[in-house]
Amino acid sequence: MTRLTVNGKAVEVDADPATPLLWALRDNLGMTGTKFGCGIAACGACTVHVGGQPVRSCVTPISSVSGPVTTIEGASGDRVGKAVQDAWIKHDVIQCGYCQSGQIMAATALLKSKKNPSEADIDSALSGNLCRCGTYARIRAAVKDAARTLA
Amino acid sequence: MRFLDNALRTQGAARLVPVKLNRREFLKATGAAAGGGLMLGFAFEATAQDAKKMVFPPSSFIRIAPDGTTTVMVNRLEFGQGVSTALPMLIAEELDCEWSKVRAELAPAAEVYADPGFGIQMTGGSTSVASSWKQYRVIGSSARAMLVAAAAQQWGVDASKLDTRNGFVIEPAGQKRRASYGSLAEAAAKLPLPTRVGLKADPADYFIIGRPTRRLDSQEKVNGSAQFGIDKTLPNMRVALLVHPPVFGGKVAAFDPTKARAVKGVEAVVQVPVDRGGTGVAIIARGYWPAKTARDALDIKWEAATGPTTADQLKIYREIALQPGLPARSDGDAAAMTQAAKRIEAVFEFPYLAHAPMEPLNAVIDLKADACTVWCGSQFQTIDQLAIATASGLKPEQVTLNTMQAGGGFGRRANPSSDYLVEGVNIAKAMKQAGIDAPVKIIWSREDDIRGGYYRPLFVHRVVAGLDAGNALRAWNHTIVGQSILKGTPFEKYLVKDGVDSSATEGVVDTPYRLPNLQVSVHHPEVNVPVLWWRSVGHSHTAFVMETMVDELARAAKQDPIAYRLALLDPKHTRVRGVLQLVRDKSSWTSPVPKGRGRGVAVHESFGSIVAHVVEVSVDKNTIRVHKVTSAIDCGFAVNPLTVEAQVQSAMVFGLSAALHGQITMKDGVVQQSNFADYPVLRLPEMPEISVHIVPSKADPSGVGEPGTPPIAPAVANAVFALTGKRLRKLPFDLAQA
Repeated sequence: MTRLTVNGKAVEVDADPATPLLWALRDNLGMTGTKFGCGIAACGACTVHVGGQPVRSCVTPISSVSGPVTTIEGASGDRVGKAVQDAWIKHDVIQCGYCQSGQIMAATALLKSKKNPSEADIDSALSGNLCRCGTYARIRAAVKDAARTLA
Repeated sequence: MRFLDNALRTQGAARLVPVKLNRREFLKATGAAAGGGLMLGFAFEATAQDAKKMVFPPSSFIRIAPDGTTTVMVNRLEFGQGVSTALPMLIAEELDCEWSKVRAELAPAAEVYADPGFGIQMTGGSTSVASSWKQYRVIGSSARAMLVAAAAQQWGVDASKLDTRNGFVIEPAGQKRRASYGSLAEAAAKLPLPTRVGLKADPADYFIIGRPTRRLDSQEKVNGSAQFGIDKTLPNMRVALLVHPPVFGGKVAAFDPTKARAVKGVEAVVQVPVDRGGTGVAIIARGYWPAKTARDALDIKWEAATGPTTADQLKIYREIALQPGLPARSDGDAAAMTQAAKRIEAVFEFPYLAHAPMEPLNAVIDLKADACTVWCGSQFQTIDQLAIATASGLKPEQVTLNTMQAGGGFGRRANPSSDYLVEGVNIAKAMKQAGIDAPVKIIWSREDDIRGGYYRPLFVHRVVAGLDAGNALRAWNHTIVGQSILKGTPFEKYLVKDGVDSSATEGVVDTPYRLPNLQVSVHHPEVNVPVLWWRSVGHSHTAFVMETMVDELARAAKQDPIAYRLALLDPKHTRVRGVLQLVRDKSSWTSPVPKGRGRGVAVHESFGSIVAHVVEVSVDKNTIRVHKVTSAIDCGFAVNPLTVEAQVQSAMVFGLSAALHGQITMKDGVVQQSNFADYPVLRLPEMPEISVHIVPSKADPSGVGEPGTPPIAPAVANAVFALTGKRLRKLPFDLAQA
């Protein structure tokens, strides 16, 4: 049994300790907002926060999770997360939406560590988050807008 | 009927399914009817004639709750393209309801949700809005008429005295009563369908169509609550992974399940039939991770099998391209080339490409003795339903296929062979035999996806352009070599003529340019690699050839590339002209190119629409960087300009991704790529600045999802030439090799 704190709630996961956090969230805890895209930390669809830092949950064994976990389902509980979600809606960023949980978690982590990110900061922070629909132009605009509303 | 004509007129639609597929033929063609008269009670023979008479009960498309919440059933797959916003907009416009109360729901597989022009339920060829442009407005108008009739009955007045406003039936004169749609819905549903309804004739009267409208599905997709196929869960459900043979159609020689079986949570390791006559091994477990762990521990020996090696295949294709193939178009004098004063000869190479949607293929399958229920993101609901029925030994009406949102698809979820679903049913059957009576979710890993075939075919084109002494074009010989996508599918009889697969020649044989003495021929080699349509299909390679060759001709004639194109255009292609003019004006084409950059243009018509891109590039140590893209599109009337902009951006990124990075290669039939690490796609830092400009139009809507893809690669190649003098003719681009 592995104990985790997910979106402020203490939970127990009955799975092999080597199980990636992604699959513990999805298959054991029924939280499907975090997405499987590649399984090798190459696409960012599974991005969650552990102890406030963005991590690729598909390669993070639950045994190694030492801080509280925030997933997309808990993103709106935070001022920055909520601002990012609102900006995503305002800029109509979403297309298929599958990568966007990861994009939003990565953007939120960026804005938590850097209030006024440059264009290069945004590109760099989100460079590991793939989007096959090509929503990148609107992602850039939404991150900048979220930063402005938080200032 | 204008609607049908319109649907069929759309070139993309015509390309995918030009004639209404009748269901019995499909059963026959897919082999579904084999094995007896099972289907006889079901087979339904619809013709275009019937389709014209087909009535769409609003009750199948619209539900109005007492609080006025209006749910619109969307007869397509939503996988990013925005159809679950656009189609409700069409209904809302004519229904005259309050937009904030409109919701969308994806329709399950059912006859009533078939495309009225095609007879199958499908999402492809950029046809959704074009095909349903009239259908959904008529449904909205019919529902409105029924609500008005219900109010008229309640108030004892003539319906013609009543009007509607924003979700209410109102009585403008007399007692000035009003009743909400929510309060009238139940009574209205019992009324007969109106035989004839009107549609708003003047776009000036539209309150929502034509206005930039945000998506209906954003909220659920920013908070993680949206349910994609991969998110579907049933009580007691198992998860299955399938190990496919390393060569397409390969077979298991032997496997030792001991180590896999020992993984906690694994319940069965079984051999199952897979696509293309092969066999594979399925692992059934309590969750993805136990299944994946077991799969990594599984020891399988495969029967000896082999397939193509890409370098050899290209060499053979280049040799084949030297010989004329099956004629696809022949204008004027085939011998005109012999009189040319000079020739420009070029050979182009295009690799196999995987679709690689962000959500890997998956499905939840609940197979019972007399029924099968499936949840998946399908682009081919009724075709998949038939395939599932055949694979499970059930009648189609015993199969329920629920459409889930899909995380992209780009053509991969529209497979005439329903490969992954048939395999899923095979797994479900094997589970039953192993004594596991439970629903199953099959999930493809990213490696399964990249190696899973059904690629955009590898193509080689050879073009010889003959010029006279004054550099005017006098002849164009064009040979295309590549596998047929449609041969062997139910679409073959409609789209393969005299051996020529129209999906390989589209974009060449219908060129808008006046190319004198044009000779086009095709070879379709047989190769053991499954191929499929990939966003923009044949245009994904033909546009590159046409638009880089025309650019070469412009350079040879020492003319401005846009001016040259405008002069070469057949005058009847006024829309292409309009798009070129718009992109020229919006891109400051005539202003000096910034230092260190090259500028290029390309324009192409596909799926009834025209897109042009002007790009600015720089090159650093053979790495191409695209800085700026200016795009223009003529897609007829833009139903949702916000979506049109998004789709042009999206299609551009998809094409740029392939131009800079995409290729699947094989060695002895084994795919050499496996995941995003070695099948890279465009990332945010590579994203150019982009502006999209829409040609104002009152013409009926045409395609939007795909037309932005074809012209981006040639625009970049032309810009690279302008900067470096090097002609890129092999994709993905490699300047070091050029």
